[in-house]
Amino acid sequence: MATKKFKCKVCGYIHEGDKAPDVCPLCGAPSLDFEEIEPEKKGGMNRDSNAYTIIYASVMVLLVAVVLAFTSQSLRGFQKKNEENDKRQQILRSINVSVPANQAEAKYNELIKEAFLVNQDGQKVDGDAFASDVVKDFEEHLYPVFVADVDGQTKYIMALSGAGLWGPLWGYISVDSDRNTVYGADFSHQGETPGLGAEIAKPAFSGEFKGKKLFMDGTFKSIAVVKPGKSVAGQDYVDGISGGTITSKGVDHMLFTSLSGYVKFLTSQNQ
Amino acid sequence: MGLLSSKNKEVLVGPLSTNNPVIVQMLGICSALAVTSKLEPSIVMGISVTAVVAFANVIISLLRNTIPNRIRIIVQLVVVAALVTIVSEVLKAFAYDVNKQLSVFVGLIITNCILMGRLEAFALGNGPWESFLDGIGNGLGYALILVIVGFFRELLGSGTLLGFQVIPEACYKLGYVNNGLMILPPMALIVIAVIIWVHRSRNKELQEN
Repeated sequence: MATKKFKCKVCGYIHEGDKAPDVCPLCGAPSLDFEEIEPEKKGGMNRDSNAYTIIYASVMVLLVAVVLAFTSQSLRGFQKKNEENDKRQQILRSINVSVPANQAEAKYNELIKEAFLVNQDGQKVDGDAFASDVVKDFEEHLYPVFVADVDGQTKYIMALSGAGLWGPLWGYISVDSDRNTVYGADFSHQGETPGLGAEIAKPAFSGEFKGKKLFMDGTFKSIAVVKPGKSVAGQDYVDGISGGTITSKGVDHMLFTSLSGYVKFLTSQNQ
Repeated sequence: MGLLSSKNKEVLVGPLSTNNPVIVQMLGICSALAVTSKLEPSIVMGISVTAVVAFANVIISLLRNTIPNRIRIIVQLVVVAALVTIVSEVLKAFAYDVNKQLSVFVGLIITNCILMGRLEAFALGNGPWESFLDGIGNGLGYALILVIVGFFRELLGSGTLLGFQVIPEACYKLGYVNNGLMILPPMALIVIAVIIWVHRSRNKELQEN
């Protein structure tokens, strides 16, 4: 870019370089006979002018916006389907059913008999439990419940939502028909550290929850996530992730806050 | 000019070893530390960066004579950001699981120094085909280091490769334990340093006095 062009006024020879040559290689004219040629302007426009810069930037931004909007629109169908199947997989995993994404829909329809929202008092309210956003529901004190039928036994699946170290955590936890004993759980995260906090998504962690009790002597206690080897009195607990302390605490907190909203629902029909 | 003249070949192959973006130019170290605790994300990240840097190079190379000098960095950023968004959307639509694994790191390709480095240093001054090769070469050079680091970190840190257990149960019974430190970022830095050491001891001309 830095090279300038010099034209010999005697013979028209064009030299490229930082300065004019001492003598013209064609006609031998001295460097005084060379004159600098201004760089060519593309399309007659000055590329350094403000107008060009502003127009260039605007056109570029518009163009990129159109391309991105188009990509987003044309892929939305696939993405939505993926997200829905992913959600179905998560719900199914919480009742210990693991299926590939392409079979998730069929299996979900087969096992999940009912899906509804409950309010703080444990009463059913109108709304689509599957399509609704759990975070928003919780803010409005609505709690999605999925009723599954596994080998003739009723399981209640509840949604969880909380925060880990880097971003949101969420998951599903299922209880037996006594609405106390945990049947299964599944946790997901947006960006926990791979190998550390991200281990909460592994069955090795979520499997620990099976058989734990949410209530002790009739009061809601939740399930604690503690440092491996430690124990807590008065409630059931599972081992957290070594090196993923903040994520483990996040799960602990998420279980307590999310399930607190379900307490009325869980106790209302206890025989 | 042939499609793979000797100069073009150098452009393509150079970044794999003697001009490697990570271990010689020291670019993209940040993401090399972040995503390499497992092998699979390392591979996907390498492929994604290769695709983005190759296409960004081509686009910038095609535009290089029209870009206003004063906003060229902004133009480069917009092109890169647009490409990364497209890659992320495509991953979401067709490779949902992998996208979930890489999570924020796909978006962070934008901030990968290799991209800006190649755009500034190469694409602005060279034709589209050379720029494409340069992008592929640098992307693969980056991917290569990521895969090596990911391989050792997953093997020594978790005893698995691509999620499969490779260190036999018997070793654990004999008292072998996974090195938890390998999963943490500082060990990635040390692994990269070891790679640089080995690489420089084999390539004397890279050694500084």
